[in-house]
Amino acid sequence: MEENKKKYVNLDLKSLGMIVALVIIFIIFFVLTNGSNATPTNINNLIMQNGYIIILATGMLLCVLTGYIDLGVGSVVALGAACAAKLVVEQGWAVPLAWLVAIGIGLAVGIFAGFFIAYLDIPPFVVTLATMLMGRGLTYTLLKSLTVGPLPQSYAFIGTGFLPTVKIPFGEGTLDLVCVAVAIIVTIGLIVSEMKNIQTNNKYGFANIVPWQMAVKDIVILLIVWFFFIRLGQYNGIPIQLIVLGVIVAIYQFVTSKTVAGRQIYAMGGNAKAARLSGINTRKVFFWVYVNMGVLAAIAGIVLSARQGGANPKMGDGIEMDAIASCYIGGAAAAGGVGTVIGAVVGALVMGVLNNGMSMCGMSTDLQKVVKGAVLLGAVVLDVTTKKKKG
Amino acid sequence: MSEIILEMSHITKAFSGVKALDDVNLKVEKGEIHALCGENGAGKSTLMNVLSGVYPFGTYDGDIIYKGETCKFHRIKDSEEKGIVIIHQELALSPYLSIAENVFMGNEQTSMKGVINWTETRSRAKEALAHVGLENENLNAPVNTLGVGKQQLIEIAKAMAKNVDLLILDEPTAALNDEESQQLLDIMLDLKEKGVTCIIISHKLNEIERVADSITIIRDGKTIETLKKGIDEWSEDRIIKGMVGREMSNRYPVRENCPVGDVVLEVKNWNCYHPEIGDMQILKNINIKVRAGEVVGLAGLMGAGRTEFAMSLFGHSYGQKISGEVYMHGKQVSTKTVKDAIDNKIAYTSEDRKTYGLVLINDIKTNMTMAALRGYYSNGQIVDERKENLDAEDYKKRINVKATSIHQTVGALSGGNQQKVVLAKWMMTQPDVLILDEPTRGIDVGAKYEIYCAINDMARAGKAIIVISSEMQEIIGTCDRAYVINEGRIAGELTKEELSQESIMKCIMDSNGKGDNE
Repeated sequence: MEENKKKYVNLDLKSLGMIVALVIIFIIFFVLTNGSNATPTNINNLIMQNGYIIILATGMLLCVLTGYIDLGVGSVVALGAACAAKLVVEQGWAVPLAWLVAIGIGLAVGIFAGFFIAYLDIPPFVVTLATMLMGRGLTYTLLKSLTVGPLPQSYAFIGTGFLPTVKIPFGEGTLDLVCVAVAIIVTIGLIVSEMKNIQTNNKYGFANIVPWQMAVKDIVILLIVWFFFIRLGQYNGIPIQLIVLGVIVAIYQFVTSKTVAGRQIYAMGGNAKAARLSGINTRKVFFWVYVNMGVLAAIAGIVLSARQGGANPKMGDGIEMDAIASCYIGGAAAAGGVGTVIGAVVGALVMGVLNNGMSMCGMSTDLQKVVKGAVLLGAVVLDVTTKKKKG
Repeated sequence: MSEIILEMSHITKAFSGVKALDDVNLKVEKGEIHALCGENGAGKSTLMNVLSGVYPFGTYDGDIIYKGETCKFHRIKDSEEKGIVIIHQELALSPYLSIAENVFMGNEQTSMKGVINWTETRSRAKEALAHVGLENENLNAPVNTLGVGKQQLIEIAKAMAKNVDLLILDEPTAALNDEESQQLLDIMLDLKEKGVTCIIISHKLNEIERVADSITIIRDGKTIETLKKGIDEWSEDRIIKGMVGREMSNRYPVRENCPVGDVVLEVKNWNCYHPEIGDMQILKNINIKVRAGEVVGLAGLMGAGRTEFAMSLFGHSYGQKISGEVYMHGKQVSTKTVKDAIDNKIAYTSEDRKTYGLVLINDIKTNMTMAALRGYYSNGQIVDERKENLDAEDYKKRINVKATSIHQTVGALSGGNQQKVVLAKWMMTQPDVLILDEPTRGIDVGAKYEIYCAINDMARAGKAIIVISSEMQEIIGTCDRAYVINEGRIAGELTKEELSQESIMKCIMDSNGKGDNE
C-alpha cells in the first residue's frame, strides 16, 4: 500500500486525442475563415446544426459496442418527424401528444428490428437495411412526397428556442449571466469530481495521474467550456437543444460507464459467448440496444423537424452514416466492445466542425464528402496502428 | 556423430526493452526429433518465430546457421524456400475450402500465370497426404468436415507439400485426444525415418519422453541445458526439474484438513440431445452427487460427453430436449438459464477460456466481476466500482495473478494467468459448486500447481468441486472420487483408492459398445 500511494501514471492520451484533434481542426478553420467560425452566431449554429447527429451518435454507440450498426436511423428520424409534424399541422394535435406518438413510432421500429436481430438471429445489417428502406418508403407515402409545415412555435422551440438571458455589458460586447452561471457550475463540477477521484485513489492506494498532466488537461477543458459558453451568451444564450443534448449525453455516459446494463453491453461486444456463459442474457441486451436506438432516432427526428420548422420525406437521408462515422472517429472499435459516449459526441463534433468550416470556406458539398471520408479513414487508421504498436 | 542441420547461436530478442530471449543457443542434428521444453512465456515460440522469419533478420541479435550457411530470413517465405516449415498451435486452415485446396494454400499449383492446375493440385495433394496416412480421404471435402486430429495431420501434409526438411510443430497435440495424439506422434516417427528433422514444442512431457531424441530446456529466455536420449537421465521428473529450476517432488499438492460434508449437488436422470441433430442422444441418464469439501473428477476420453454434461447443466448452454432433476442441498432447483445456475450457486469454468471464459480486450478487474456484477458488485443497476477494485485486488493477490495491475488487459496475460482470472471470476460469484472444465489445459507446471492449490483452498472452504480433465494423472492427483463417463453415460464410479489409469481405462473399455442395447 505504502509504495502504491506514491505511484503516478501518465495521462491516457488516446482518450483525449480526439478532443485535441477537435481543437486543432477548429483552429485551422479559424485561420482559414479569418475567425468567422468562432463568432457567437457560428458557435450557436454548431450546436443547432449538429444536435440531432449527437443524439443519434449516442444511440449508435451502443449498437457499435455490440459489434454491429443500425442503418435504419435516418428513416426513423424522417418517419417520426413526419408523423409528429402531420399530427400537429394537419390534425391540430397538442404538441406533447404528437411527440409521444413520434417516440412511440421509434419504439415500435426498435422493437421490430430488435426482435428479428435478437430472437431470430438475423444479422443487424440486413434487418436495419430493411427498416431503412421500409421507414423511408412509409415516410414518402405518409407525406405524399410533400413537405409539411410550418410548425407552430410550441413545437419549434425545442430546436430553435433559448433559455432566458440576463445580459450585462462586458468589454465590447455583452455577457450572459445564465451562461456564466452554467460555466461556473461545470467548472466546480469538474474540480470536485477530480478531487474526489484523487481522494479515492489515495484512500485505496490506486495510482494517480501525474499532477501537471492533469492540470494541463483540466485547464484545456475549462478553457474550451468557458469560451463556448461566453460565445453562446454573446448570441442568444443557451439553446434548448443544448439542454436536451446535455441530458441525453449525461444519461448515456452514466449508463455505459456506471451501470450493470452498460457493462453487459461492453462484455457482450467483447465476447458474446463468454458473456452468455457469465449469466448475461445477450438476446435481451441486443434487443434493448436496438429499441433504444429507435427511440433516440425518433427524438432526433423531433429536434431536427423543430429546427427546420417542418418535415419533408428526404430529411435525415444518409444521416446514419454520419452517426456511425462519429462513433468510429470517437475511438469505438468496429469489432465491438470498445468506445465511449463522450468519444462518440466528440466524433460527431469533429464532423460538425469540419462540415461547418468547409462550408464557410466555400467548399462544394461534393468535395466535403471526400474530406469527411478521409478523416474517418484517417482516424480509424491512427487508432488501429497505435493499438498495434502497443501490442 | 551425425551432422548439425541447424545451429542458432547467441540469439537475443527484446520486445520494447524486455528480453524475451537472452543468448539462446540451439543445435539440432539432422534427422532427429528435437524437443523444446519450458514453461509458458519461457521463449520457445519466440525462438521458433525468429527461426522461421516471423521476426525478420535485424530485429534480433545472433546467427542462424542452417545447412552450413548463415541465413537471413526476412519473411516466412524465405525460410520456407530453404525447407523450414512451422506449424503453429492455432490451425491455419480455411474451414470451407477443400482438403486439396488447403494442402496447397499459399503454395498453389499453377499452370501459366496464376491459373490453378486442378489435376496437379489433386494428384500432388494425394502424394502429400500419403505421408500422413490420409490418402483415402475425399480430396474435395471441406476441411471442417474432418476432426481436429485429422486437421492437424492436414497441416503436416501441407508442410510435406512444401518439401520440408525441418518441420517445427508448436503444441501439435494440445487439442487432440490420446488416440489422435498417438497417431500424430507415430507419424512424426515415420517422418523421421524419411529423413525429416523435427522440432517439437509441447507441454505433454510423456509424449516428449517417448518421441524425442534430444531436449533443449529454456527458462526465462535462456537455454538451460540440452538432454540427449541414451546419455542423460531421461524422465518427466528430470525435464520438469530443468524447466522450473528445482525438484518438483509432488506435482499435486496434498489436501489436508478437508473434511467431506453433506451432499451439495445432486443430478438425477440427466438426458440431453444434440443441439442440431434432434434424435442423437448425447447424455444418457446421468446421475451424480458431490459433497461439500469434496473434489470429484469426471474422467473419460474427449467427446465422451463430460463438457456437454457440464454445459447442459449450467444454464442449458448446450443441447436440446434436456431432462433431469438438479438438487442443491437437497432442494430441487432449476438451472434453465445461466442466471438461474449462478443464482443457485453453481459455477462453471469453460475448457476454452479464450472463447467462453474471457473478454480478452477488457481488463482483469472487468473480467473478474463479469459474472458476479449483478449479484455482488452493484445494487442491481449501478456498479459499485470501489468494491469491485478492492475485491479484484484481493483475488489477484490470493491466487497470484501475475500482472502489473488489475487494469491490465487480459489478452496480454499468459495462459496460466488467464486461467487464474477465470477462476477468480467464478469464485467471486460465491458458489457452492464449482465445475472446472480442463482447469489446467495448456498452462505450465508452475501455474498448474497454483491452480491445484486454489482448488484445495476452495474445497477446504466447504465448496463442492467437479474437475473435468482429459489428463488421467490430473484426475488421480486431485480428486477424492471420480465418475468415468463414456459415450454419454456413467461408465463407473471410482474411489480415491481405486483410481488409477488402468481402472479408468478398464471402465471405458468395459462400457464401450454395450451401452445402446440395454
